[in-house]
Amino acid sequence: MVLGVSMLSLARFQFAMTTIFHFFFVPFSIGMALLTAIMETIYVFKRDDDYKKMAKFWGKIFLLSFAVGVVTGIIQEFQFGMNWSDYSRFMGDIFGAPLAIEALLAFFLESVFIGMWMFTWDRFKPGIHALFIWLVTLGSSISALWILTANSFMQNPVAYRIANGRAEMASFSGLLKNPQLWVEFPHVIFGAFTTAAFALAGMSAWRLLKHENKTFYHKSLRVGLWVGLVAAILTVAVGDLQTQQVIKDQPMKFAATEGIYKDSGNPASWSVVQGFDTKNKKVTWSIEVPRMLSLLTYHKATGSVKGMDTINKELHAKYDGKYGSAINYYVPPKTLFWSFRIMAGSGMFFILIAVLGLWFSRAKKNTLQNQRWLLYVLGISLWLPFIANTCGWLITELGRFPWIVYGLYTIADAVSPSVTAGDLWFSNIMYFLIFTLLGGTMIYFAHRTLVAGPDALDGTGYADTTVDPLSKGAFSHE
Amino acid sequence: MSSLQLLWFFLIGLLFSVFFFLEGFDYGVGMALRLIAHNEQERGELMQSIGPHWDGNEVWLITAGGAMFASFPYWYASLFSGFYIILFLTLFALILRGVSFEFRAHALSPAGKKLWGWALSIGSLCAPFLLGMMFTDLVKGMPLDAGGNIRGGFGDYVNLFSIVGGVAVALLCLLHGLNFIRLKLTGELRQRAQALTKILYPVLFVGLVAFAGLLLWQTDFFSKRPLSSWLLLILIVLLSVVATYGAYRDKEGLSFIASGATLIGVVALLFNGLFPRVMVGNDPLHSILIANASSTEYTLGVMTIVAAILVPIVLAYTIWSYFVFNQRVDTKKVVSDK
Repeated sequence: MVLGVSMLSLARFQFAMTTIFHFFFVPFSIGMALLTAIMETIYVFKRDDDYKKMAKFWGKIFLLSFAVGVVTGIIQEFQFGMNWSDYSRFMGDIFGAPLAIEALLAFFLESVFIGMWMFTWDRFKPGIHALFIWLVTLGSSISALWILTANSFMQNPVAYRIANGRAEMASFSGLLKNPQLWVEFPHVIFGAFTTAAFALAGMSAWRLLKHENKTFYHKSLRVGLWVGLVAAILTVAVGDLQTQQVIKDQPMKFAATEGIYKDSGNPASWSVVQGFDTKNKKVTWSIEVPRMLSLLTYHKATGSVKGMDTINKELHAKYDGKYGSAINYYVPPKTLFWSFRIMAGSGMFFILIAVLGLWFSRAKKNTLQNQRWLLYVLGISLWLPFIANTCGWLITELGRFPWIVYGLYTIADAVSPSVTAGDLWFSNIMYFLIFTLLGGTMIYFAHRTLVAGPDALDGTGYADTTVDPLSKGAFSHE
Repeated sequence: MSSLQLLWFFLIGLLFSVFFFLEGFDYGVGMALRLIAHNEQERGELMQSIGPHWDGNEVWLITAGGAMFASFPYWYASLFSGFYIILFLTLFALILRGVSFEFRAHALSPAGKKLWGWALSIGSLCAPFLLGMMFTDLVKGMPLDAGGNIRGGFGDYVNLFSIVGGVAVALLCLLHGLNFIRLKLTGELRQRAQALTKILYPVLFVGLVAFAGLLLWQTDFFSKRPLSSWLLLILIVLLSVVATYGAYRDKEGLSFIASGATLIGVVALLFNGLFPRVMVGNDPLHSILIANASSTEYTLGVMTIVAAILVPIVLAYTIWSYFVFNQRVDTKKVVSDK
């Protein structure tokens, strides 16, 4: 113990910090790869040079985020062993395989073809060149599939047996058939598309407010909003399916996101907002919509929903024999309740602003440039997906407390026995500093790229995708 | 020990070999920025030579780590938690060099370019040095407890042997990088790279002798597996002789293949000495063995099928990407411009 903070808290804080930071960039990169691919494909079919310019310009911002995403991703693969060695011992037989497959199937694909895409604009036919960015998009999406295969097991263990003091894989295909995976993966991947789409639309909106490169940013904004609209609707729809899964597998998580301690009445009314007295486990005040919680939970107008108090008793009855009665099964209700509202609210809000933006910018009667309020709303909303993503992960991961693998293994048992609090203080502080530097630099460069605009493509050096570095005279100043 | 366990021990060694062969020259080019480039323009050219490839090369390390997790979770857990600070610093180095390419390109001011160029160089020096230290400590033996956790102090990690091991690996990577530059560039940078290899190879031979001596003194390699250890050691020296010959005779392709093979030879030497263990305990009773560190036969079987299908595909498109960029970076015009 150093400064009264336990090694476990430090390890948890570090995991939260590194994954949240990583997850600012990952969904953005996945979505930006898709958007860039779409723009380049439109160029291939329409031969409208604006779209080629768009692919190159937004590609620059994509590459920036990709770089930060990659370097923060290496941490993720190492830290299971570094900080959670007992978890790795217990889970390695199951958890390692998806990680290794992710590297073989996804990381190679994205990293090799991103190199190809960056440096071969003039070497391949447009159709072939566009294929490279599609392969990057495919690689990054496959990457999400495999890491979420691993995460889904932690949420809802399937196809395993406990033997030799660890969890052993009983069936590889069983891992992939985990129902949790097939709601979690689409939710995350559509969320990623949504993230980049609204970030791109927001960035374009700011430039339109400045009256810069109107045609270019107008077209960009429309691509962003179309992708954003479809992706946001799908994210919300799959999110609803995922909620159904959570109600079944992790009722405590669901009860906390709805902030209900006592079992609800029948029909159950839904709190839009409410106050918490977490000490006495009570709701102090609330604004409610009648029957709404029954609708959200069961998709019908009646039905009571179990509260945290009841679930707590059930969990104690189920697990006390194995883990003792001292474990706290309540998950942090305030964090989950508000995170859920921010996340789900953002989803609805995205659909609304996408419809408005597309309506006002329609080809027949484009008045978007006059709707300055809407451009401001879109501009500010560029930050919202990142907040919504973070909220989503807080719900997913905090809501699994006290388990690292639900029902099988507690977080407290998972931590590395040989790593000291001193080690963790050092790595926490250093990670914090480097993340601040990376995040700040990335935003600074992205902003400067935006301000410089699409016509500043003829820069020099590595990011200049127009120059083939290995062709003759690539470095000459002629 | 089952045949699948043996296969995966070999495959982990192979993955680290490919990693050092490919990423080794990336590290070397990163270090060479400080040694043979005289201005930012030249540093940019050096970076361009690895621009399309370094990211894919680094994935071999991630794959090696992931494969170790999947096939030998007890090894992965013990090694990664046991070398916490060394691996943390390695990650830090990899982060710095990983973003340096993009960030340097976006930096417009000379100071900014300088800063991110330094980030690449420092990261490229520290990563192989730290990994070399870790592998040296690994074969030297660490204070493992009965649960497979390392309970070591500063001296267990940082000692003469591990420092020599770290320097040797970093130097091998530097030479490999210089040979890559000789292969990939033209003009003055290429000549300077060649001149530097002529100076550094004699230094390497001194280093190799020191490393071999320490290996003899600090490990049980030569008492447990004398024949194969000696053969590999002689092979490493011979390969370095070949690389030196290539440096004097203008045969950069030969030098490059030889310096890459030297790195593979070092990995082979270490894994050969490690066998049949994966972690060497100061107390031999606490050493972790291949036989009891692995995943189940079922998981190893699944991973074998996956690897058999995917590795050839990955190799195919990786090799293809090197063919796409097989021309030399042309610097003649730059030189004549000045």
